[in-house]
Amino acid sequence: MSRTIYFDNNATTQVAPEVTEAMLPFFTTYWGNPSSMHTFGGQVAKYVDKAREQVAALFNAKPSEIIFTSCGTESDNTAIWTALQTNPTKKHIVTTSVEHSAILQTAAFWERNGYRVTRLGVDEKGRLDMDEYAAALTPDTAIVSIMYANNEVGNIYPIPQMAEMAKERGILFHTDAVQAAGKVDIDLAKVPVDMLSISGHKLHAPKGVGMLFVRKGLIFRPFIRGGHQEAGRRAGTENVPYIVGLGTACDLARAHMEEENVRVAALRDRLEEGITANVPDCLVNGDREHRLPGTTNIAFRNIEGEAVLLMLDRLGICASSGSACTSGSLEPSHVLSAMKVPFKYAHSSTRFSLCRYNTQEEVDFAIENIPAVIKTLRELSPFKD
Amino acid sequence: MWNYSQKVQDFFLKPHNAGPLEDANAIGEVGSLACGDALKLYLKIDDKGVIQKASFETFGCASAIASSSILTDMVIGMHVDDALKITNADIANALDGLPREKMHCSVMGQEALEAAIRQWRGEPALPKTQEEGKLVCKCFNVTDLTIIKAIRENHLTTVDDITAFTKAGGACGSCRDEIAEILETELKRMNGELPDAAPAKSEARPEAAAKPQVTFGATPSMLTNLERMQKVMTAMQLIRPQLQADGGDVRLVDINGKTVTVELTGHCVGCPASKATLHQVIEQILRMQVEPDIVVKEAGD
Ligand SMILES: Cc1ncc(COP(=O)(O)O)c(C=O)c1O
Ligand code: FES
Repeated sequence: MSRTIYFDNNATTQVAPEVTEAMLPFFTTYWGNPSSMHTFGGQVAKYVDKAREQVAALFNAKPSEIIFTSCGTESDNTAIWTALQTNPTKKHIVTTSVEHSAILQTAAFWERNGYRVTRLGVDEKGRLDMDEYAAALTPDTAIVSIMYANNEVGNIYPIPQMAEMAKERGILFHTDAVQAAGKVDIDLAKVPVDMLSISGHKLHAPKGVGMLFVRKGLIFRPFIRGGHQEAGRRAGTENVPYIVGLGTACDLARAHMEEENVRVAALRDRLEEGITANVPDCLVNGDREHRLPGTTNIAFRNIEGEAVLLMLDRLGICASSGSACTSGSLEPSHVLSAMKVPFKYAHSSTRFSLCRYNTQEEVDFAIENIPAVIKTLRELSPFKD
Repeated sequence: MWNYSQKVQDFFLKPHNAGPLEDANAIGEVGSLACGDALKLYLKIDDKGVIQKASFETFGCASAIASSSILTDMVIGMHVDDALKITNADIANALDGLPREKMHCSVMGQEALEAAIRQWRGEPALPKTQEEGKLVCKCFNVTDLTIIKAIRENHLTTVDDITAFTKAGGACGSCRDEIAEILETELKRMNGELPDAAPAKSEARPEAAAKPQVTFGATPSMLTNLERMQKVMTAMQLIRPQLQADGGDVRLVDINGKTVTVELTGHCVGCPASKATLHQVIEQILRMQVEPDIVVKEAGD
């Protein structure tokens, strides 16, 4: 296989060369502990501070509102934890049926421990219903957690509006912005969320670093205890190189977001139109009006997703699937199930997620080759109608 | 791909015997779109019972396609009596093994083969375990006998094993307790702690026991109410296994003149798309089998 066409950027992204370069000195030269009294260690702290400023700038937040974590999942767990710990009398959590498992499983854990959980449904395009949302908010609600953008179909949810509705009722609002970070312009001076999670590896920083924004003034209980780091809000010696990498990645995103979004969306549209025009009986899952620039989720009638992915892999194309066979479970993804994608389509839903490093040539190669893959698999299928 | 043996990859990328077989005289169909994989196996069997030709159509992942394809290679030239001795393990072994969570693909192959041969013999085109067993997993239409067979032939010891081999328990999970009970009993039997009795026949699905003989094509003549009711009931017995194969089921609620009221249950209830299709399918069959102007209504409509 000579080349790799990477259309799986919602799963993880390539570390930007600028990011790698910024990180390297913190392995080779500045490997001290930022908490040390001596100059050798202590000098490292200012680079952590700089990264904090870079991350804050991407969201128009204050550096003191940024807590570095080990991943998006930790940020999500922390947000729910602190909300429940600081509101001990409230026993209700509101979330959606299409969250990432980092939120879904955490909510399910609290449900087993005596909390009531409302999971908002979605329509066939994966959209939330604002009336259902409003009705779910009660005086007993400790926290609302709703993703900014969905990882499988790319839908962007109306977080500014939904956060406002929670605020009016005095309810804490958290958003998992792991997929939105660096792709959606989020101004936290205007969007009244209390907490927001991001993950490094979805925006060209490495895996294993994340961030939780906690709005100034919010009472906070740490999820990981032990040390004074991150102003006592997240114990554990800072992962300095990765934090520096996340800072650089946020800096790059801020500088290029506008231009990149236009370019990436054009490539995505070209891919989507190229496939849907040349493959009969396919449909695009999700809300095409409110969607991440790089994501398209296409379902092909009467075939199964793992087979599609493996055939694409032979061509060097990396994509992913909500099919049962690839998720290690036997059912199609919870997102497609919540959207009630017809079962003739649900098993073959294939996600292509593009980024700044993709090219038109790659997209054209995919458009040229994908129709034949689908045709071959359909010839093998007993279902023809 | 990379969990798969070279053989699985080869048979997935260049499958032998793919596509329908024009002169097939035995067809076995198992699985469904709703369940995520399905296999249609075509056989041409000669008068002496030797399989002359075999081909397949598969909806499913790479291992499902490879299992189906290698199975066709295995059975060509075989007598049906020998073909019936093929186990799912034989299919998996022929592929140099399958990942454990994909073993159900080999089970699907074995079941389709059995269903095809039974059809050729004039028996119901279902694996015996499915015809005679009691439904345990509604999501994937798996019976107790299918589970017991998988336990015995593959020496399974956990509920997760059973899910990997039969899919039972892999969706809503509501049947997992029952699977655990079956497993416990079976393990005791195998250890000699319980007599090795076949599971009670009385638990068999009633519609399987009283297999009705139905002539195809609706009679245009006037039917009395009683005749119509009998015909509807007989036809429903034919429809149910088909729906059950899709993880669903249907219950006859009422017959009022030419209006038949049914209730859809099982896996497909929550899914409006499949519900609409099922409604049509049932109406179509009743119109064919009973009277051309039958109207099907859903309870609660
Ligand atoms: C929406 C969403 N939330 C959370 C995560 C988890 O992030 P991490 O892998 O950093 O734990 C992911 C990605 O896997 C995601 O897509
Ligand atoms: S009934 Fe078996 S998994 Fe749902």
